[in-house]
Amino acid sequence: MQWETVIGLEVHVQLNTASKIFSASSTAFGAAPNTQASAVDIALPGVLPVLNRGAVERAIKLGLALNATINPTSIFARKNYFYPDLPKGYQISQFELPVVEKGALTIQVGDEEKTIRVTRAHLEEDAGKSLHEDFHGMTGIDLNRAGTPLLEVVSEPDMRSSAEAVAYAKTLHALVTYLGICDGNMQEGSFRVDANVSVRPVGQKEFGTRREIKNLNSFRFLQQAIDYEVRWQIEQIEDGHKIQQATVLFNPDTGETRMMRTKEDAHDYRYFPDPDLLPLAISADWIERVKTELPELPAVKKARYMDQHGLSAYDAGLLSASRAMADYFEVMLPQVNDAKLCANWLTGELSATLNREALELADSRVGAASLAALLARIKDGTISGKIAKEVFAAMWAGEGEADAIIEAKGLKQMSDSGELEKIIDEVLAANAKSVDEFRSGKEKAFNALVGQVMKATRGKANPTQVNDLLKAKLG
Amino acid sequence: MLNANLAELSALLREKKLSSVEMAQEFLARIEKLNPSINAFVTLDKGMTLAEARAADARLAAGESGPLLGVPLAHKDIFCADGWRTTCGSKMLENFIAPYDAHVIAQFKKAGSVSLGKLNMDEFAMGSSNETSYYGKVKNPWDVKAVPGGSSGGSAAAVAARMAPAATGTDTGGSIRQPAALCGISGLKPTYGVVSRYGMIAFASSLDQAGPMAKSAEDLGLMLNAMAGFDERDSTSLERKSEDYCRDLAKPLAGLRIGLPKEYFAEGLSADVAKAVEAAIAEYCKLGAQTVEVSLPNTNLSIPVYYVLAPAEASSNLSRFDGVRYGYRAPEYGDLNDMYEKTRAQGFGDEVKRRIMIGTYVLSHGYYDAYYIQAQKLRRLIAQDFVEAFKQCDVIMGPTSPSTAFNFGEKGDDPVAMYLSDIYTIATNLAGLPGMSIPCGFGDNGRPVGLQIIGNYFAEARMLNVAHQLQQATDWHLRAPSI
Repeated sequence: MQWETVIGLEVHVQLNTASKIFSASSTAFGAAPNTQASAVDIALPGVLPVLNRGAVERAIKLGLALNATINPTSIFARKNYFYPDLPKGYQISQFELPVVEKGALTIQVGDEEKTIRVTRAHLEEDAGKSLHEDFHGMTGIDLNRAGTPLLEVVSEPDMRSSAEAVAYAKTLHALVTYLGICDGNMQEGSFRVDANVSVRPVGQKEFGTRREIKNLNSFRFLQQAIDYEVRWQIEQIEDGHKIQQATVLFNPDTGETRMMRTKEDAHDYRYFPDPDLLPLAISADWIERVKTELPELPAVKKARYMDQHGLSAYDAGLLSASRAMADYFEVMLPQVNDAKLCANWLTGELSATLNREALELADSRVGAASLAALLARIKDGTISGKIAKEVFAAMWAGEGEADAIIEAKGLKQMSDSGELEKIIDEVLAANAKSVDEFRSGKEKAFNALVGQVMKATRGKANPTQVNDLLKAKLG
Repeated sequence: MLNANLAELSALLREKKLSSVEMAQEFLARIEKLNPSINAFVTLDKGMTLAEARAADARLAAGESGPLLGVPLAHKDIFCADGWRTTCGSKMLENFIAPYDAHVIAQFKKAGSVSLGKLNMDEFAMGSSNETSYYGKVKNPWDVKAVPGGSSGGSAAAVAARMAPAATGTDTGGSIRQPAALCGISGLKPTYGVVSRYGMIAFASSLDQAGPMAKSAEDLGLMLNAMAGFDERDSTSLERKSEDYCRDLAKPLAGLRIGLPKEYFAEGLSADVAKAVEAAIAEYCKLGAQTVEVSLPNTNLSIPVYYVLAPAEASSNLSRFDGVRYGYRAPEYGDLNDMYEKTRAQGFGDEVKRRIMIGTYVLSHGYYDAYYIQAQKLRRLIAQDFVEAFKQCDVIMGPTSPSTAFNFGEKGDDPVAMYLSDIYTIATNLAGLPGMSIPCGFGDNGRPVGLQIIGNYFAEARMLNVAHQLQQATDWHLRAPSI
């Protein structure tokens, strides 16, 4: 039987406000346990929540970017359950009326574009952390994270493969970092993905029973977890078992998913509107004001790169895929004045080097202005593309800026044709055999001669000039 | 001095006839003498009280003045006060020393009043007789066989017994007004949102409101001036211009329209209470007021609505008492769930557990719409009753409680009978309206009767004026129990 995969994602986007969503405590990552937990965060008797406007503003930004409805009134509700790292015994979240509803996100998988519907995005507070190690059979509670603002973005079950799910997650990740509402740091948990996965025979209308994979904090794990889960579900069904609705965890070490709880032991959260918070009212004026602060979004940028700079859809897509890449590109462009050359270097040499060293663009050892200065030397004929790679390596190694390296290593292209002609004559004299072969019709021999000249000039000759001079001399 | 009102106490300090320390000492001596029999205070700390008094004396010496500067008060043990044990009447918080000041406490500190101690109350403010306190019941100073009312029973008894000149209270369904009535003092529950709830341990957040309890309307006004005001730490606190709640005290009442809800004078009201209330209204007519019959047709719904909504909110508000971070934790337990269960089973009393269970039930999947949502709809109807009534009158009057103080144990086994004693007070909380109770006579058993005055939103100054004028014409509020 042929099976179809159905995936919906719930993404917890940690909003990068300086203080928490309902208290004035800092949200900075990595502080000593419980040093960023105020009376409100540890839920002392009598304390009350006060909503952080900045968190709402960030939700509005995402709503606008997803072309979604931003509800003029939304409600904070209490989600009641007991857990030691949930200080109040309830999480303040939005339930019936979320701040953002009915949006859409367009993703690209290979050459295909696809629109994924976004059901809703709601504001909520994060819980603290339970630390099970280091306490000899006891559990430690760190409430620094308790109250950190989250925007939970819920998609419709519109994805049909792990590749689509990853593309959606990456596109959303790019969007929230573009918007500057989330630092995007997946290792620190700033962008966490839950995947609802089910399978059904191709052609069947009804969805299969879904299992939810919790808390995936890398795109690779997302892909692996879904692929494993899909194989597992198909096997189960083909073996005659029924899928039971459940929540599962992915173990990156084994590459397998493991059941956490079934629907039967799901909590009754007893949601009700939080009487400590008034309904959240968002005026049209506020939305308009936020709109004026929105940066250019990836889809718009991509179109502009194609129209204005004549880049291919592929290149424009890569350059607009992240705000860091786009910003880097836009710093370079006016200095180099050759979008294609910039694109080639960004997606080629620079990306390859970053990948090799497992670095993010933000951590690149060669900044945009420095790389632009290097490419400008290709443009003005000072060096060849090949030499540029050598210069780039030196720049990466911290030997200085492009011009200084070119100067110090004497890598400037030979522009003096007299000197070049002299070298060519010497090469021709030393390679009589190749000259004869060329003259007897072997085209290959010409390339060998070019190679010899380049070698003799240690790559500094302009290849076009070498071609022309050689042809003239042999012709 | 023990019978002096706040203005008189302030004058004694200002004129240096007494220092704040001396004044506090006199009240502490009275407390030492009477508290063993009344049990109004759960926490006393002479050292902290006198330190506050010395600080006030220093401010007075520096030339500072203010109506409450140096004046001793006592606080319901529902308000967190920095450095003070704050129990909320529960074993759960038996050893909880609050590390911060509630807004109300901070406001009184700013005004320079001196805390005499923390006052007993029904556990987590759940009760109408003070019998649910873990720290023993408070006795009514008029008759120690009688309940003082609840939940601010310690506050009412302390003021009635002259152990404190005035006190703070909180009112979720009548918890200021009913004990004020039963103990023969004055108490005011302001409009919801006038006094910040920050630092006041939550029972039912959408209903809870702090207010003053004192011997006279004038004192209530002075207290409210200190307590009220916008506080950004409470999202339900109202951003309004500050006002002087005493500004209208002296206004004549000619032309005042008093609405008398027929539902408040119907079956269930004791004859002696009705008689005292009617006499007070007759007195108002002598002062130039007119009466008009109004109707609050949904009065009977207020108790069932309240006993869905208040427990629902309470069941969630009290979840934080889980033994993890502070407060009581069961000494022995197995796993995590066992720790929760034992901690809460041992830490909470029966009435609190009853309401947590009711609240959990009405919020549960499958019952939420039938109970919680339905109750919210009815709550709007109840509020609408008052909107209609206030089209015909300026204030509404009636009894605060259907009877005078009942005896201990009288309603202890029947929670519904207990709940019914709040029939006249609950609707104002559901509507968010201000309400007050002032003494207006005595019942057949010699126990005090309270007159309830309900005003429109933000009509506190007008209500205090109405109350003050009766207190100028009568002396019920000056009667004190002989103990």
